[in-house]
Amino acid sequence: MSTVPVAPPPPPRTAAPVNYLSVSHSVRSWLLTADHKRIAILFLVSISFFFVLGGFAATLVRLELVTPRGDLLSDDGYNKAFTAHGIVMIFFFLIPSIPATLGNFLLPIMIGARDLAFPKVNLLSWYIFMIGGVIALSAMFLGGVDTGWTFYTPYSSTYSNQWVSLTVIGLFLAGFSSILTGLNFIVTVHTMRAPGMTWHRLPLFVWAAYATSLIQVLATPVVAITLLLVAVERTLRIGFFDPALGGDPVLFQHLFWFYSHPAVYIMILPGMGVINELVTCFSRKRIFGYEAIAAAHVALAVLGFFVWGHHMFVSGQSIYAGMVFSILTFAVAIPSAIKVFNWTATMFRGSISYDTPMLYTFGFIGLFTIGGLTGLPLASLGADVHFSDTYFVVAHFHYIMVGGMVLAYLGGLHFWWPKMTGRLYPEGWAKFAALVVFVGFNLTFFPQFLLGYLGMPRRYHAYPEEFQVLHVLSSAGASILAVGFIIPVVYFLWSLRSGPPAPANPWGAKGLEWEATASPPVTENFADTPVVTEPAYNYASEREPEIV
Amino acid sequence: MSDADTLSHSLPAASAVEEEPSHPAYRHQFDDMAQQFEASHLGMWVFLITEIMFFGGLFGGYTIYRSLYHEAFADTSQYMNIVLGAFNTSVLIASSLTMALAVHAAQTGLQKPLVRFLLATMALGSVFLVIKYFEYSEKFHHHHFPGPNFHYEGPWARQAEILFSFYFVMTGMHALHMVVGIGLLSYLVWKASKRVFDATYYTPVEMIGLYWHFVDIVWIFLFPLLYLIGPHHMGGHS
Amino acid sequence: MKHHVVPRKHYYLVFLALLCLTGTTVAANFVDVGGLNLLIALCIAFTKASLVVLIFMNVRFSSPLTKLFVAAGLFWLFTLILLTFSDYVSRGWIPTPQPWQESPNRNVDNPALH
Repeated sequence: MSTVPVAPPPPPRTAAPVNYLSVSHSVRSWLLTADHKRIAILFLVSISFFFVLGGFAATLVRLELVTPRGDLLSDDGYNKAFTAHGIVMIFFFLIPSIPATLGNFLLPIMIGARDLAFPKVNLLSWYIFMIGGVIALSAMFLGGVDTGWTFYTPYSSTYSNQWVSLTVIGLFLAGFSSILTGLNFIVTVHTMRAPGMTWHRLPLFVWAAYATSLIQVLATPVVAITLLLVAVERTLRIGFFDPALGGDPVLFQHLFWFYSHPAVYIMILPGMGVINELVTCFSRKRIFGYEAIAAAHVALAVLGFFVWGHHMFVSGQSIYAGMVFSILTFAVAIPSAIKVFNWTATMFRGSISYDTPMLYTFGFIGLFTIGGLTGLPLASLGADVHFSDTYFVVAHFHYIMVGGMVLAYLGGLHFWWPKMTGRLYPEGWAKFAALVVFVGFNLTFFPQFLLGYLGMPRRYHAYPEEFQVLHVLSSAGASILAVGFIIPVVYFLWSLRSGPPAPANPWGAKGLEWEATASPPVTENFADTPVVTEPAYNYASEREPEIV
Repeated sequence: MSDADTLSHSLPAASAVEEEPSHPAYRHQFDDMAQQFEASHLGMWVFLITEIMFFGGLFGGYTIYRSLYHEAFADTSQYMNIVLGAFNTSVLIASSLTMALAVHAAQTGLQKPLVRFLLATMALGSVFLVIKYFEYSEKFHHHHFPGPNFHYEGPWARQAEILFSFYFVMTGMHALHMVVGIGLLSYLVWKASKRVFDATYYTPVEMIGLYWHFVDIVWIFLFPLLYLIGPHHMGGHS
Repeated sequence: MKHHVVPRKHYYLVFLALLCLTGTTVAANFVDVGGLNLLIALCIAFTKASLVVLIFMNVRFSSPLTKLFVAAGLFWLFTLILLTFSDYVSRGWIPTPQPWQESPNRNVDNPALH
C-alpha cells in the first residue's frame, strides 16, 4: 500500500538517527520497555535460546537412534530427552515463534498503529513466558519428565515422577503469556487500524495473526485448567482422570486436544501469514485470491476446533465420535488447499526473484503440501490404526512444524531482518543455508515416513536391526539440518555489527512497514499517522518490467 | 465490518491528537480517549471469553461425570448446604446490583455514591467468602474434602469423591476470582476517593464491573449444578 | 465517550427478577419431575445469566462487535462440552469387547460402558 503522508512530508529516511534500537542502550531500558519492537526482540532472543535447548534434546534422541541397541541413553533418559524436546520446541519455541517475534514487531506497523493496544500487557506476557520457561526448564534439569509432551493420564497423574507438577505449572504460565499476546493482537486489529486501513486492505499476515490470536484466546484456557487438574490430582491423590479412582483418562485427552489440536494451527497459521507476504513480494504480483486466503485463515482457525478427536481414534473413544471427527478432519484440507493453490497461482506468470526468503517460500509450499497430504491417511479411521503412534505420525507433523513453520519463520526472519536491525545479511551464505536446511530436513524426516509405514513405533530407544539404515539416514540428515541452522546464526550475528546498512525498502515491497517507516523504525513507528489509500499488495500499480 | 465506519471518522480524530492527551489517563499509543475506551472494553470482553473457556473445561468435565454417575451425584448432593448456597447466591446478586449502581454513579459523575457502592460491593463479596469458609469447614469436618482423609458412607464413595473434587476446584477457582475482584475493588475505592473518575473517564470502574458480573454469572451456574442435583426432599441432610 | 446510561430502575428490577428466579430454582428442586429437573435448573440459570449479561453488563446497548464476541464465547463453550459429550453418549451404542470388566480391581460401575 502506498501512503499519503498526512501533514508535512516525512523527514528524509537516511537522516533518521534515533530509532527504536539506538534510543537507549541500557539494560534497564530493555527490561522495562513497552515498545512492541523491543519486546519482539526480547522474545526473539528468548525463543532462540529455547530452540537451541530443544535442538540439543533432539540431538540426543537422534544420536541414540543411530544404533538399534539402546547404548547412549538409558530408556528413562531417552524418554526424558524426547519429552524435553517436545515440551521446549512446542510450548517455548513454536507457539511463540512467529506471533511473539515477527507478529509483535510487525502487526502494529502493518496496520499503521504506534504500538499494540496494551504495551504493558505485552511486556507482562514476556515476563510470564520467561518465568514459565525457567520453571519448566528447572523441572527438566532437576529430575526430568518422561511423559511425553502430551502428559497423558494416568501416566502423568499417577505413575510419573514428582517433576510433572512443576513442569505443568511452567506450561500453565507459558499458556497465559500466549493468551495475553493473542488478546493484545485481537484488540489492536479491531481498534487501532490507521485511517483507510479497512479489513479488506489488511496485509494477510495480519489476517493470519488475527486468526491465530482467536485460537490462543479460545483454546489455551482449556489446557490451562486441564493441566491444573492434573497438578491437583497429583497433589491430593484424587481421581479426575485415574480409572482406579473412578475417573476417565480419555477425558484428559479430550480436554488436552481441545487445546493442542488448535495449537497446531497456532503454530502453522502465522507461518502461512509470512508466506502470503513473501510469495507476493517476490513474484511482484498482487496475491491471487486475497479474500479467499483471508477467509481460509479464519476458516482454518474455526475448523481446527472441531477435529481434536482424530488424535484419539485408538484411545477408546466412541467409534461414532471418531467418524464425525474423521469427516470434519477431511474438511480441514479445503482451506489448506485453497492457500496452496492461491500461492501457486500468485507465482504463475509473476516475475519471480530467487532471493533467500523466496527460497524458503518454495520449501514451505512443497513441504507443507507433503505434510498436509500425509495427514489424510492419518485422518482416515482405518489407516490410522496402522499409522497411529508410529514414525509416520512423527514425520507428518515435523513436515508441518519444521518443514512448514520453521521454514516460514526463517523466511520471514530473512525478509524482515533488514527492517528489524537496519542491516543486510550476506545473500550468498543465506541462499546456501536455505539449501542446506532443505536438504537436511528432507533427509531427516522422509526416512521417518518409511520407518512408520514399516511399523516402527515412536518413543522407543531401541529397535529391530532392519530399521537401522533408515534411522542412520535420518540422523545424518539431522546433523546437516543442524549445520543449516547454525550458518544463519553466524551471519545474522555478523550482520548486526558488520552488515551493510539497509535502506528503508530493500526488497521494493509493498506494505506500511516498508513504505512508511525507516529501517529500523523509530520508537512510535511513524512520524505521522499514515493514511492508506490502496489495497494490499498493489504491485500492479508499478510498471512491471524494470522490477528487479 | 462493524468498526469500518468508526474508521472513517478517525481522520478528524487523528488531527485532534494534540488536544486529547490532556487527560491524565490518556496513553500515547491511542489517537484519542474514545479509541482508548473502545480498546479497553474489547480487551475486557476478550479476557472474559478466556475466563469462560477456563471455567468451561471444568464445566465440561463436570458434565461428563454427572452423566456417567448421575445417581451417585444426586445422592451426594444431599450433603451440599442448599440454605447457605441459596443465601450466598442472593448475596452475590446483590453485590452485582451494587456494582451496577457504582458504574451508574460513575457515569453520572456522583463521587460519594460511587465510593459507597464500591464499598458495599466489597462488603457483600466478603460476606460471600465468609459463608464459603463456613461451608468449607463443614465439609472438612465431615471428611468430605477429597484426598487421603476422604470418607463417604455408602456405595458411591468414589463417585462422591469426584463430585466433591469438582465442588472444591470449581468453587475454589470461583472464590479465588472473588478475592482478586475484592482486591481490584479496593484499588477502585482508593482511586475513586481521590476523585479520579468522572462522567468523562470511568473506564476502570466499568471494566472491573464487567469482571465482577462475570464472576457472579459463574456462580449462577455453579449453584444449581453443584447444590441442586437431583430432586431434594424436605428434611434431608444439609 | 458516548455511553448508554441505563436508568437505575432497570437495575433494581433485574435484581428483583434474579432473586425471584433464585427462589424458583430452589423451589423447583424439591419437586421431582425426573430428568426435567436439570433442564428447568439450567433454563433458569441461563435466564439469570442473560439478565446479568444484557442489563448489568450492558451488552444490550453495546456494539455489535461485543455481542459477536459474547456469542463466540458461548459457541466455543458449547463446542467443547457437546463434542466431548458426543463421545461418551455414543460409546455404548455398539458392544465392544471389554476385557477389563473382569478385572477384580474394577470397583467402579460405569454406566456408559453398558
